[in-house]
Amino acid sequence: MTTIDSAPDAARVAAEPSAGGRFLAAVVDWLTTSDHKKIGRLFIGTGLLGLLATVAVNIFMSVERLDGSGALFDADSFEQLLGSQRVGLIFGTALPLTAGLAIAIVPLQLGARALAFPRLAAAGMYAWLGGFVLSIVALVDNGGFGGGNADMVDLFLAAIGLMALGFSAVGVSLATSVLTTRAPGMTMRRVPFFAFSALVYGIGLVLVMPVLFGAVVYLFVDHRSGAREAFGGNQGIATWAGWVFTQPTSFLFAIPAIGAFADMLPTAFRKRTPMRGVVFAGLALVGVAALAAVTQQLRFDVPWRGSQLYIADGDDFGTKLGDVAPWVFFHLLPVLGAVVVFLVLLLLAKPEKNDDGDTVKPKITPAFLFAFFGFGMVLVGMLGAAIEPIVDLELIDTVFGEASLVYVAYGAVLGVMGGIALWAPKLWGKQLPTAPASLLALGGVGGVVLASFPHYIAGFLGQPAGLEYADGDLQIWNILVLVGHGLFALTVLGFAGLLASTVLGDSDDSIDDPFDGHTIEWATTSPAPAGNFVDVPMITSAEPLLDLKTANDSKAGVS
Amino acid sequence: MEAIAAGPAPAPRNQLLVGTTLASIAMVMLTGGMLAVWAVKRSASIEAGSAWLPGSVTVPEVPTNVMLIAFPALCSFAQWAVWAAKRNDRANTVFALGTTAFVALLIFNAQAFVWNQMGVGVADGAYGSMFYAITGVFGALMIVGILFTAVAAFRYLGGRTRDREILTAHAIFWYAMTVVYSAIWFLVYVAK
Repeated sequence: MTTIDSAPDAARVAAEPSAGGRFLAAVVDWLTTSDHKKIGRLFIGTGLLGLLATVAVNIFMSVERLDGSGALFDADSFEQLLGSQRVGLIFGTALPLTAGLAIAIVPLQLGARALAFPRLAAAGMYAWLGGFVLSIVALVDNGGFGGGNADMVDLFLAAIGLMALGFSAVGVSLATSVLTTRAPGMTMRRVPFFAFSALVYGIGLVLVMPVLFGAVVYLFVDHRSGAREAFGGNQGIATWAGWVFTQPTSFLFAIPAIGAFADMLPTAFRKRTPMRGVVFAGLALVGVAALAAVTQQLRFDVPWRGSQLYIADGDDFGTKLGDVAPWVFFHLLPVLGAVVVFLVLLLLAKPEKNDDGDTVKPKITPAFLFAFFGFGMVLVGMLGAAIEPIVDLELIDTVFGEASLVYVAYGAVLGVMGGIALWAPKLWGKQLPTAPASLLALGGVGGVVLASFPHYIAGFLGQPAGLEYADGDLQIWNILVLVGHGLFALTVLGFAGLLASTVLGDSDDSIDDPFDGHTIEWATTSPAPAGNFVDVPMITSAEPLLDLKTANDSKAGVS
Repeated sequence: MEAIAAGPAPAPRNQLLVGTTLASIAMVMLTGGMLAVWAVKRSASIEAGSAWLPGSVTVPEVPTNVMLIAFPALCSFAQWAVWAAKRNDRANTVFALGTTAFVALLIFNAQAFVWNQMGVGVADGAYGSMFYAITGVFGALMIVGILFTAVAAFRYLGGRTRDREILTAHAIFWYAMTVVYSAIWFLVYVAK
C-alpha cells in the first residue's frame, strides 16, 4: 500500500499562488473554457467592443456627411469607411452578439448540462475574433472593398474567410445542441422560442457561411495569384461577396433577437402563448432570408410600371411572375414571419381578467422594453429593405439601403441587450437595476430611429449611397443621423457601464426566478451552476415552470 | 426556486452523428456555391463567344474518372468499418478503416496528378484561378477526411470499441464527399 506523508490539501495550501498567479490562472481558465456560459459571455464582451467600433465608424461617416462635400477624408478612406460600416454592422455587431447570447442561454433553456461541441464553439469564437481584428487592420490600411493596397486586400479576404469558418462552427454547435441535448420530455414542440430561433439561426449559419467561404476562396485565389480576371480583383469583392453585408441576408442574423422577444411575451403578459406552432413558423419564415445568401443574390430590382409587377396587354404573366418571385420569396416571406410574431404580441396583449375579476396587468421589465424596441426596429428595417428594390421608387443606390441595414443591425443589438437584461441573473447572479436600464432602452430606440429614419427620408429625396451629396437641403437629415448614432453610442456605453457596475458590484440580489418565468432556465439557481442543473429536469409541457406554479397555487388554494 | 421533478438520465442522442451531418451539409453548400459561380462564369464566357476551357488545356480524364469510381469503393470501406464494429469484429474494423485511408490517399494522389497534368497555372486567367480554387478546396476537404479516418482508427485501436457513433459519422462524411466530387467531376471535368 502506498502511503502519503502529507494530505494533498495541505500541500495545496502551502503552494498558494500569488495574486498575479491567480489572475493568470483565471485568464487561462476563461480563454480555454468549455463552459458555454463563459464562451457566450466572451462573445458578448468582444461583440460589445466590435459594436462600439462600428458605432464610432458610423459617427465618422455622419460627420463626413454633414456638409456633403467629403472634406475630411480622401477617396480611398471614403471607400474603406463605407466598407468598415458594412463589415462592422454584420461581423462586428449583429453576428457576434446574437451568437454569444445564443451560446450562453440555449443550453439553459434546453435543460442541458452543456453545449454540444463547446470547444468547436470556442474555436469559432476565436476564429471570428482573429478575423475581425485582421479585417480592421486591412481596412485601416486601404485593403477592404476596392482597396488600393493589394496585400491588405488579400488580408481582408483571408479575414472574412476566417470569420465565415468561425460562424460555420458556431452554427454546427448551436443547431446540434437544440437537436440533441434537450432535457427528457422536451419535444421540439416544447422548445422555448429563443432556443428554436437559435436552431433556425444555427442552420442558417451552416447554410450561408460555407457559401461565403467559397466565394472568398475564389476572390482570394484570383486576387493573390495576380490573375484578377474572373472577379475583377479588388473591385469584385462587393459584387461577389457583397450579399452577406446587406439585406435580406442580414435578417438571418437578427433571428435570435426576434426569438428572445417572442420568449419574453408570455411572461410580460402573464399568459401562455397561444398557437405556439404559428410562432415557430414565423421564426422559420424569417430564416428564409438565408436562401437569398445561399443563392448569392445581391440585388432584387423589381420595376413596377412596364415590367415585372405591372401587367399590361400582351405581357407574359408567367415571365413576370418568374422575375418577381425571388423578391417575394426572399424579402416578403421574412417580413411575413416577423409580422406573425407581431400578431401573437397583439393576441397576448389583449386584456384579460383573473379569477378575482381584476384585469391582469402586464409586467413590463427593462428586458421587455429592449426586446420590444429591438423587434420593432428590425421589422421597420425589413419593411424598408422590402420596398427598396422597387425601381420606380428610385431608392436603389441611395442611403435608404444603408438605413434599413442600420435598423436591422441596431435592432438586433437592442434585442440582445434585452436578452442580457433578462438572463443576467443566470449568467452573473445579478439583476440590472430597473430605472436606469429602462432609460437606456428608451435612449437606444431613440438613437436607432434617429440614426436610420432620416436616411429613409433622404433616400426618397435622392441622397446617393456614398458620403457626398450636392443638395444642401439634405443636410438636416444627416445632422439628425449623426445625433442618432451619438445617442446610440451613449446607450451602448451606458449599458456596458451599467452591466459592469452591476456584475462587479457588491449587491447580492440573486433571485432564482425574478421575472416569474415559464421556462426551465428559471428553475435553476442564479447564477446557474457548472452543469446548469443539479438534476436534469423532466419536461412535461412547453411551460413547465408555469405548470408547477399553477399546481402549487391550486394546492395552496385548496388547503 | 421552484423544483421541477428530475428526469431520467438523458439517453444518448447521436450528437456526433448530427454534428457530422451538419458539417457535411456545410461541405456540400461550400462546393455547391463554388460550382454555381463556376457555372455562371462558364456560361458568361461561352455567351461572350470565347472558349471557357483554354485551348492549351487537356483534362486528364483517366485519373478524374478513376477518382469517381474510387469514391463508391471508399464509401463501401467506411460502411464496412461500421458493419464490422457492430459485430465487435476488431480485425475487420481496423482493416476497413485502413483501406478507407489508403483509398482516400490514392484519390488525393490522383488529384495531385491532375494538377500536374492539366497544364494550367493558377495565374492563367479566369479558368486557372477558379480551377485551382475549387479543386484546392476539394483537396483540403480530402485532407480533413483522411484526418477524420485517422482519428476514428486511433480511437478504435485505443480501445474505444463500443464508441461506434464516430464510425457512422465517419461514413456519413465520405458519403457527402462522394456527392461533392460527383458534382465537381460533372461540371469541371465532363462539362468542362
